[in-house]
Amino acid sequence: MAEYSVIGTSLAKVDAPERVTGKATYGADLDLPGMLWAKLVRSPHAHARIKHIDTSRAKALPGVKAVITAHDLPSLPKGATAPLVGEVSIDMSAIREIVMASDKVRYHGQVVAAVAATDPFIAEEAAGLVDVDYEPLPVVEDVLQAMQPDAPLVHEDLHTLEEATQERSDQPSNVSTHMVYTRGDVEAGFTVADAVVEKTYTTQMVHQGYLEPQACAARVEPNGRVTLWTSAQGHFTVRTQLVTLLGLPASQLKVVPMEIGGGFGGKALALFEPTAIVLAQKTSRPVKLVVSREEVLRATGPGAPAVITVKAGATKDGKITALTTTMRYDAGAFPGSPVARGLLVGLAPYKLDNMVAEGFDVLTNKPRVQAYRAPGGTPAAFAVEALMDALADEIGVDPLTFRQKNAAEEGDTLPLGMPLNRIGLTEMLKQIETHPCWTTPLEGPHRGRGLALGYWIGGSFTSSAEVKINPDATASIFVGTVDLTGTRTTISQMVADELQLDPQDITITVGDTDSAPFADLSGGSRITYTMSAAAHQASQDVLTQLKERAAEKLKVSVDEVEYQAKRFRAKNDTRNEVSLSELARESVAWGSGPIIGKGSTTRMQPAHAYAAHVADVEIDPETGKVTILRYTCFQDVGKAINPTQVEGQIQGGAVQGIGWALNEEYIFDNGELKNASLLDYRCPVALDLPMIETVLTEVPASEGPYGLRGVGEVPIVPPGAALANAIYRATGTRLYELPMNPERIFWATRGNGTNGSPGTNGSGGA
Amino acid sequence: MSKEKEGLSVDAFEYAAPQNLQDAVALLAEASDEARPLAGGTDLITQMKENRHSPALVVDVKKIPELNVLSYEAGLHIGAAVSCTQIAEFEPVRVHYPALAEACALIGSYQIQNRATLGGNFCNAAPSADAVPPAVSYGATLVIAGPGGRREIPSEDFFVGPGQTVLEKGEVLVEIVLPPPPPHSGAAYLRFIPREEMDIAVAGVGSFVQLSPDTRTCEQARIVLAAVAPTPVRAKEAEAFLAGQSLDDTTIAQAGELASQAASPISDVRGSAAYRIELVKVLTRRTLGKALERAKGEAS
Repeated sequence: MAEYSVIGTSLAKVDAPERVTGKATYGADLDLPGMLWAKLVRSPHAHARIKHIDTSRAKALPGVKAVITAHDLPSLPKGATAPLVGEVSIDMSAIREIVMASDKVRYHGQVVAAVAATDPFIAEEAAGLVDVDYEPLPVVEDVLQAMQPDAPLVHEDLHTLEEATQERSDQPSNVSTHMVYTRGDVEAGFTVADAVVEKTYTTQMVHQGYLEPQACAARVEPNGRVTLWTSAQGHFTVRTQLVTLLGLPASQLKVVPMEIGGGFGGKALALFEPTAIVLAQKTSRPVKLVVSREEVLRATGPGAPAVITVKAGATKDGKITALTTTMRYDAGAFPGSPVARGLLVGLAPYKLDNMVAEGFDVLTNKPRVQAYRAPGGTPAAFAVEALMDALADEIGVDPLTFRQKNAAEEGDTLPLGMPLNRIGLTEMLKQIETHPCWTTPLEGPHRGRGLALGYWIGGSFTSSAEVKINPDATASIFVGTVDLTGTRTTISQMVADELQLDPQDITITVGDTDSAPFADLSGGSRITYTMSAAAHQASQDVLTQLKERAAEKLKVSVDEVEYQAKRFRAKNDTRNEVSLSELARESVAWGSGPIIGKGSTTRMQPAHAYAAHVADVEIDPETGKVTILRYTCFQDVGKAINPTQVEGQIQGGAVQGIGWALNEEYIFDNGELKNASLLDYRCPVALDLPMIETVLTEVPASEGPYGLRGVGEVPIVPPGAALANAIYRATGTRLYELPMNPERIFWATRGNGTNGSPGTNGSGGA
Repeated sequence: MSKEKEGLSVDAFEYAAPQNLQDAVALLAEASDEARPLAGGTDLITQMKENRHSPALVVDVKKIPELNVLSYEAGLHIGAAVSCTQIAEFEPVRVHYPALAEACALIGSYQIQNRATLGGNFCNAAPSADAVPPAVSYGATLVIAGPGGRREIPSEDFFVGPGQTVLEKGEVLVEIVLPPPPPHSGAAYLRFIPREEMDIAVAGVGSFVQLSPDTRTCEQARIVLAAVAPTPVRAKEAEAFLAGQSLDDTTIAQAGELASQAASPISDVRGSAAYRIELVKVLTRRTLGKALERAKGEAS
């Protein structure tokens, strides 16, 4: 592989100065002349029919310029879809209901109306004056209850889709999709097993925890076109959805990406933008919509909870002989939980000859879930990795050896059918064997060590880049991918190495939908991976064009031109040369023409990412509180373009997973969220965490110019089971339900509580 | 969505910042609608944003000299507008009332501690107030000024219910007075939270012990529980049990059991009632142990 001078170094983030000086402009920073403020009216019921909405009192309030309900949104045929990424489509008639409910509210906090007023205080007051007449309906909150035949129906006309046959059930149901993947003969597999363990695991609804509440602003331009500013994960994706939702041609919409304060999957859908645009159209004034922290927690769309049963058998020598799992994922009020991803993530680390993987997408009267970092992966890995730990225990094989004996390898087939290309799971597990986090004895009472694996299928989809050479021999990169994780920096590093430029001589801009080359949204750990191909291609395009010009000047054929140290030389006469500076200067002179390189990629192979986490914990036996003593993340990253950013991604993902494992949960009462604040929705704070150590494995991915893999998502996958397994070794008690908060551990270690049996006495924070 | 939980705007209100106590009392006494004193504002402003209070008049008491007193002479005098940071960093507090210093240093964050006051911690009357149990356990007296003059009450008699105190219309908390700690005494405060900071107590216990001159027996104990009853409460049965006892693991454990009987917690998003009872036992044991060490001069 080529030697690089910028790739592989921890270049400081190119956007750091504007971020740390407060100059970066986020959606909420927008202040447009004549701007109105929008406020959403939300349902106080988790399930109710909307009988009537009276907006007259709100409209009469001085300063109010418009009040809209779902009737003011363009109507949409049921089942209308829009592409999200790749082959994944979203049901836009459902999105329309989340934007604004038409006939029925299906979760507490669902939007039913919106107002626009001359200041935010009037808007808030007016929102309180919108009178909605509701007929409350019975609420179904629990995923298992929702699957019962007599459960209240979230959608009266929804019939279960059997994925294999594409047939719908006769009776309406809260199960929107049922899927089964099978391989081999599980009965035979269990028969030859020396031990079989079966358990059911439960996780709660959690929030992505992005710091920036959603914000957007819309303005109708004099020519009738709409400009939309938004802090979203993909402005082209937002535009695509708006085309369907609002019936506007793409050419009539310009979507401008603002800096984004975290998304983690929660800012992929156009849930607020349609309201801002319709209000702007109604009032002929710019309208800004910023939601509150409480709205963010209550109703923007959290991560999906699940109830997962896993049964696995193994022989005494540590080989898995059969595995069955049933994963029931709670989608909230509209179909679309990440259950298929859960099945994939949970089982992907293992060779499974005999397997049945069954999934249910289940509806409840809770906010419709949105993606959350490795969507579906964290609950699945909690269940599977905790069960694998118990199975290894049962047959007396240590948990690392057990993983090594069953680890998936290149050529194995993933549970949902795809063959694995090059992966580094075996190499990564080998590194754990000798690492001090695994070999150092853990002494002292109430202490334990846990190991768990994680997997994420890297996304690919479409990314593009343009690279221009400036007259001063510097380069400008232009992309359409929103920077969530430092991708402006990593893309700049790649182009710097390809063009042999100093990173200081490179600028990068994320452009709007009118000007930037198309890109799918930022998510799926896909940007650095796919952009490596697009930026490489664009850089090569630039070099080719420059070499053609150099060849002309040097009077040699293009093949004979080589580029080194900002000079183009004839290979057989290195004194015959022309500088990049000269070619750059001439590129803007008359008769020469600019140098613009283009690159784009779509349909790259997945670059599978595997991780393993090792956690040491100490439990306060009198209170049940967990202290994490040491936490180490192993991950196959393919190639770390920027090691500091990679480590930051791993640490951030691990911390979110730790939050999911120990304290974060949505606590509902008849569908109403009881802890809609960052006080009582307990994300980890700095003092709750040890230094998160990272150990990088670099087994190159099968595709892409540098062998890198997406790194952002897989680190959120293992923490639940890594900590559960550690807590077991510290206490002798296995926990089957997240979060493993102090109260849940307290009761579980005393043999009572909700552990493994939801609904019994002593629930943590009930 | 309920109006009381939305948090953006506060209703319009009048603001006054009197320079002396008489003016403050007069403003509060003569207000026709709800009037509230403002010290650090860390509770009041939030409650106004959440529409839990909509005072027509807010009287800022931070400019009143008597409410800014912080002195140690014949006991500790803490003006009601003195910040938690000032209290926690005041040398005599660190030396003579370490449990109070510790409590003042764990409320919220540094930013909150720079604004929040011990007076406000009392007047807000949250059952979970962290600085109240140590103050009460040290035997604090509260000085109150009102239209009828001044009165002093034992700090534990100040609370009526969640958010409710004995303050009458026009009355202002002036200062909190802690007696000089007797010889061979010590105190400690601990709260339990699921995280390490930025949280509200699931349960809290402040314990104070005074030992006999030979330090063999407990002459007097005060145990104050937080977040497990409508108000901070003293565990008087446990206190009575400890008087005259030698403090060892057995008596301390018994005191924990007795203290838990004084708790009447609710179940909410922060913990179940049953768990809070268990936490009271643990925290009582741990605070008594620490207080005992301090009383014997074995711990700072």
